[in-house]
Amino acid sequence: MSAGQGLLVATLVFPAAGVVAAAAAPARLDRVGRLAGLVAAAATFVASLLLLPHGEPRVPQGAPIRPWHEIDLPWVPGLDLRFHLGVDGVSYPLVVLTALLTLLCCGYTLWRVPEPGHGRLLVALLLAIEVGILGVFVSLDLVLFFVFFEIVLLPMYAVIAIWGGERRRPAARKFVLYTLFGSVLLLVGVFVVVSKAGTADLIRLTGGGGLARGTQLLAFTLLALAFAVKSPLWPLHTWLPDAHTEAPTVGSVILAGVLLKMGTYGLLRVGVGVAPEGARWAAPVLGALAVAAIVIAGLVCLAQVELKRLIAYSSVGHMGFVLLGIATLTATGTQAALIGNVAHGVITGLLFFLAGAIKDRAHTGRLMELGGLRETAPGLAGLLGYAAIASLGLPGLAGFWGEAFAVVAAVQRGWMALAVVAAAGAALAAAYFLRLLRQVTHGPAVGKLSRPGLSRAELLSWGPLVVLALALGLVPAVVLNLSADAARALAEVVR
Amino acid sequence: MKIDQFALLPAYAAALTAIVALVVDLVAPGRRGPVLAVSALGSAATAVAAWVVGAAGPSRQTFCSPAGCSYVFDRTAAVVAVVFALLTLGALAFSTPALRGGIPSGEYCFLLAASLTGGVVLGAARDLITLVVAVETLTLPLYALVGLRRRVIASAEAAVIFFVVSVVSTAVTLLGAALLYASTGAVHFRALAEALAARDRLVSLPLVTVGVVLVLVGLGFKVAAVPLHAWAPPTYDGAPLPVTAYLSTASKLGGVVAILLVTVQALRPWLDVTGPLLAVLAAATMTVGNLVALRQRRMVRLLAWSSVAQAGYILAPLGAFAFASGRSDAALRVLVAASVAYAIFFAVLELAAFGAVIALRGDRDGGEIADYRSVGRRAPWIAGALTLALAGLAGLPPGLAGLFAKVTVVRALLAGGAAWLAVVVALNAVIGLAYYVRVATTLFVLAPADANGGTQSRPRLPWSVAVGLAVVTLVGLVVGFAPQVVLGAADLAAGR
Repeated sequence: MSAGQGLLVATLVFPAAGVVAAAAAPARLDRVGRLAGLVAAAATFVASLLLLPHGEPRVPQGAPIRPWHEIDLPWVPGLDLRFHLGVDGVSYPLVVLTALLTLLCCGYTLWRVPEPGHGRLLVALLLAIEVGILGVFVSLDLVLFFVFFEIVLLPMYAVIAIWGGERRRPAARKFVLYTLFGSVLLLVGVFVVVSKAGTADLIRLTGGGGLARGTQLLAFTLLALAFAVKSPLWPLHTWLPDAHTEAPTVGSVILAGVLLKMGTYGLLRVGVGVAPEGARWAAPVLGALAVAAIVIAGLVCLAQVELKRLIAYSSVGHMGFVLLGIATLTATGTQAALIGNVAHGVITGLLFFLAGAIKDRAHTGRLMELGGLRETAPGLAGLLGYAAIASLGLPGLAGFWGEAFAVVAAVQRGWMALAVVAAAGAALAAAYFLRLLRQVTHGPAVGKLSRPGLSRAELLSWGPLVVLALALGLVPAVVLNLSADAARALAEVVR
Repeated sequence: MKIDQFALLPAYAAALTAIVALVVDLVAPGRRGPVLAVSALGSAATAVAAWVVGAAGPSRQTFCSPAGCSYVFDRTAAVVAVVFALLTLGALAFSTPALRGGIPSGEYCFLLAASLTGGVVLGAARDLITLVVAVETLTLPLYALVGLRRRVIASAEAAVIFFVVSVVSTAVTLLGAALLYASTGAVHFRALAEALAARDRLVSLPLVTVGVVLVLVGLGFKVAAVPLHAWAPPTYDGAPLPVTAYLSTASKLGGVVAILLVTVQALRPWLDVTGPLLAVLAAATMTVGNLVALRQRRMVRLLAWSSVAQAGYILAPLGAFAFASGRSDAALRVLVAASVAYAIFFAVLELAAFGAVIALRGDRDGGEIADYRSVGRRAPWIAGALTLALAGLAGLPPGLAGLFAKVTVVRALLAGGAAWLAVVVALNAVIGLAYYVRVATTLFVLAPADANGGTQSRPRLPWSVAVGLAVVTLVGLVVGFAPQVVLGAADLAAGR
């Protein structure tokens, strides 16, 4: 086994070991359990960073997917299931983002455990979710992809149902049933493809793999629906606001930061890659729905009265830009989707951390009952302003590139009307975020905050996100260069 | 007629177990240990015998006539017998609390081993009469077992319901078999298939069709398939818990084996009739089971309805016979293997679920679901095992075994061209999760008494139950990571 292969396996084995270590710790050693989980998360992050390009890929030049590192072992021949992992320019940024956010969440949990305690179990579940998400990003076998896709469901349900807010049970149930509905469609879609193509190897399947047009249309419909639930794409988004609002802070961060990316990544790699004919056929519909999501989410946000709910709905809008980028089926659009994904993960992760901190201190999330944060907690107010401005897509910060490139890609594609409406939707984002800032940070101080200052743990867990939001905005090439080849190859296949 | 005694060895082993259990109870009356030990040893010996006979080269057959052999101990029979014996072993391990609760151990073990004998013969039955006799041998001891909880009205009711429905369904099967015999003059599977293949020479096609439908519907009783499913919830809830565990795993498996043997071997030329019938039965069974399970408040009733739904998933692959693409030799084997594989995965997970319930409840009945609150705090390991089993039944990680079971079924259905049935299965999985997740969540909710700091006593956990639960859960985990073991066994049984 080469070093790269070892690293690939390590990104899955480390968090899995962390799950066992954290869950096995006895109740009186709760903090030790959390610490063990944190160590596992840190090891995973280091392993994921080291997955950088190295050497010449095994797959020849011109192939649609050229993983830098690859491992391919048989697992269940009876189900066409191989343990086939690989990382390339499309998956690498997401792998690192996942590992980073999980690490930050584990660190945050070390400092603060939401009610009703049992922090080691929360950490164990976060790491279990990480296994699933990382597995999805590095799977190069369609059946394996599905297996990892399913791993996330129950741990996330438990995180919301145990550590969530007042109405956590219904929200958790809605989340798990709704997203399972997406997963079972994925199951059917995957095996429509596998049974017709006779292989589950994503590298061979990308580009259609000789599938008939009818099969591709059916497969893409099923896959797109499955991923649209997860992403989520309007009008299949209704599970999201409840889940995000009720989840504990770390749950919301993981949910918005990386879990949604399983949908967009899946649509790009599996949906578009495996059934390009179907993608071409459905692209206009996808594009129109994505733009509808941008505008509708913007309008809904303008009327929101709850902090976390507002951020949750803004996610629907941002994912709309990502989906618009994917729907254009161009290299630019793919790149926009990728950087949009990463930027949204960083910024919304930060926003949910901040929203959680504000709700913890003010004991309310209602915008009416917040206010004057600028005076009572200037540090918090400053960070919230920064994150909100990054999220609304100010040039120079991370949120800008994904949205701008998505609009550019739509213009290139000839979807002038869609591009104009999407750009107007971006203006809506500015409106509702400024409204948020006006109500929360400015105005007269309402109520008292329990801890106005920022703790060191908070600064440590938010700092990397703050830096990344700026760094990605100034040097987007960090992500774009990595994925340029992969995006071009994919666009080539679809054309 | 020369009889191959070696081929009959597994059946002898099972029958001998029953007799020895009775004798040991006579010699050492009132002592549970020796009887249980002898029965467990006998079950294990049956499994070994079945493996030795089945794996020993060419299939052994006996009771042959010019029309064919009635008893063929091939790989199929070996796999069925081994699984049966292991499930019986599991049920025995979970029996200690019930036997402590006053159930006579000699009779109990005798009846269980007698039922096992029926299961062993069933896998080797190759004519309709042997098949029905085997199914009856499997079922008859269960009437008594279900009613063994003394002075419990629910138990007596359960036994009566089970008895009445069973007798009716046997009559239905027999009527169907008689119609087939009247139309073809054959009872042996191969002869029957040959006679049925020549449709233009059959006296009356409608008569044969009615015969086919009656046989399958009657056998559907054993797997608790719609329309003969309503006996399951009251029977499961009234019976002693280990008997329920046996009913919902081994006995259900018996029904699956019987349906598979009849459909694939005897009625092979009539797949275009049996296919749509089984497709409708499967779709109706899983949908009814899941929808009714949503409303259940009692633990065992919920598991009973869920097992009705699971029977639908087990039968679903056979529904693909309705399509021409599902009737080719290759597709047929894949579909049969998928059905067997699902049945095995299910049996493991269901046994684990009941094992956990028994570990929590002792010799009491399953109780209300609300009674299971605080279990996560009082007995975290058992709660974990139950959660794992429920997740598996719902088909989601961490119950990977259940996930691969669903994957196997959906894959086979799509390969067989039955996409709509695959979608029905998939959507039913969503409905199913709604109640599995409700039960699993209940385990970790604090009961008011516990929230106030009080503690509830839990019956002492006998070591046999603890070991049994640990082993079954471990098996569930192992087949989750190495599903090829089960898929390989299913392939063997399907004759690949």
